[in-house]
Amino acid sequence: MSPAGEGAAIQASGLTKVFGKQRAVDGLDLTVPRGAVFGFLGPNGSGKTTTIRMLLGLITPTSGEFELLGERMPAARPTVLPRVGALIEGPAVYPFLSGRDNLVRLDSADVRSDASTRAARVDAALDRVGLTHAAAKKAHAYSLGMKQRLGLANALLRQRDLLVLDEPTNGLDPQGTREVRSLIRELAADGTTVFVSSHLLSEIEQVCTHVAVMSTGRLVAQGTLDELRAESVRRVVVETPDVDSARGVLAAAGLEPDAASADAPGTVTAALGESADAADLTAALVAAGVRVRGIRVTGETLEDRFVALTGEGFDVAG
Amino acid sequence: MLLADELKTLFRRWRTIALLSALAAVPVLIAVAVRVTSHIRAGGGGPAFVGSITQNGLFVSFSALIVSIPAFLPLAVGVVAGDTIAGEASLGTLRYLLTAPIGRLRLLVVKFLGSMAFVVAAVLAVVAMGVLVGVILFPVGQVTLLSGATVGFGGFVVRALLLVAYAALSLVGLTAIGVFLSTLTSVPVGAMAATVVLAAVTQVADSLPQLDWLHPWLFSHYWFGLGDLLRAPLVWDSFGQNALLQLGYLVVFGLLAHARLSTKDVLS
Repeated sequence: MSPAGEGAAIQASGLTKVFGKQRAVDGLDLTVPRGAVFGFLGPNGSGKTTTIRMLLGLITPTSGEFELLGERMPAARPTVLPRVGALIEGPAVYPFLSGRDNLVRLDSADVRSDASTRAARVDAALDRVGLTHAAAKKAHAYSLGMKQRLGLANALLRQRDLLVLDEPTNGLDPQGTREVRSLIRELAADGTTVFVSSHLLSEIEQVCTHVAVMSTGRLVAQGTLDELRAESVRRVVVETPDVDSARGVLAAAGLEPDAASADAPGTVTAALGESADAADLTAALVAAGVRVRGIRVTGETLEDRFVALTGEGFDVAG
Repeated sequence: MLLADELKTLFRRWRTIALLSALAAVPVLIAVAVRVTSHIRAGGGGPAFVGSITQNGLFVSFSALIVSIPAFLPLAVGVVAGDTIAGEASLGTLRYLLTAPIGRLRLLVVKFLGSMAFVVAAVLAVVAMGVLVGVILFPVGQVTLLSGATVGFGGFVVRALLLVAYAALSLVGLTAIGVFLSTLTSVPVGAMAATVVLAAVTQVADSLPQLDWLHPWLFSHYWFGLGDLLRAPLVWDSFGQNALLQLGYLVVFGLLAHARLSTKDVLS
């Protein structure tokens, strides 16, 4: 669980970035444990990318401090960043260079990277993301998905202790998305800490062990996926042809049935309080002569939790 | 080593090759123009050395260099130096270089050295193509220097290389300015245009007698001082003054570029 080195993979306290009058990131306290697959969620404009850029030393924080892999940043950039692979806000390529030469150039940018193993490492990274056949092609001929793969290959050029992946499946086809998921699982199994930012909640739910949620520059929740789910409200779902009488029974039991949904005719749902028990409800339904096809209790989905934390609506925070 | 990779990347770029080709076309244009009109009585006008070309083809190189100094070379320098940081920023590769990681000062130094390598290549392209086309189209012989002495081909090559060194040195200041301007923006065309415009404005200022107090401080002031290198014995005055001036520009704009880049929030 915790590979070489002391301290969390990422530890930030009071991290703040102000652009003009706008507090893009406001007092962020973030702890990413070693070995975690950490989902970093938030609507567009909530400060995810600004946070990632600060963590990687591209932006100077207005205030606050942070450590990567136990070392104080940004002072430790030269020694820490070689151990950190990153995909930041989409891939960037030199269109006039081949895929392979793109990787060679970025790898040779660091004086500490080993030139004698460079060719082998570049080939291995290309192979890992399935770009071997297109390695000699100029990058301007790459599709968005291929560029994304090239960006991932760059993040995998060296042995990394931490991967920071900003929207890693952006532009990928379903196969590519699955490959990225299994790649993340593989890397995590090797002990690499993976920090994934995404707004694709199902994706986060599938691979992550930990989650943090940002909203308008602030961190509104952070913890393991289970902890976050535990905070969520259990719901009872009753499938029945007698919708109206079922609603009456649930209301009589002290619950507040949700408004009928056109998406799911023949189901009644309600938030289940601490005390209410599904078994008692079933007995009450049957006693009232409600024909029950099925009854089950579900946790809130991550999506519901996300919306509850970050608010409804389509407006970009700004 | 990043500098090696930077040079490889720079000189493999189609744009760089096009710029060098355009510069190499200058002596060809001059030589062909003189050749096809050689039956017409040569007037006194035209750029320096043009009148001597029909007697000695080697003068094509000198002539082409002098024609290129005020406009073509600054234009090429503006394109390459203006692109250094802004180009990486506009491609988005700046963020990946910096997280590779490369130190910001090291990146600046590599970019400046890469631009200077291009400057040398650009001046060489003009002079070398000038020699080549001159030899092909015209008779070649002893070269008469400005002081009246003559040198053979070996002496000519030494003088030509001195001119290349002088012209490249003359562009150190403009290159440093271009790299600095490039740190200010993520729109490379903006930095390129600003550099080229600055080169033009400076030359205009240098030609106004009302501003003569300013002239010794302008980076273009010694651009045409290369005549001193065509005398025997060699006169090093303008070489030394030019070197000092260019060094001053390099220090000032190098520090400005470093101050800017080292504190810049990379948002591209």
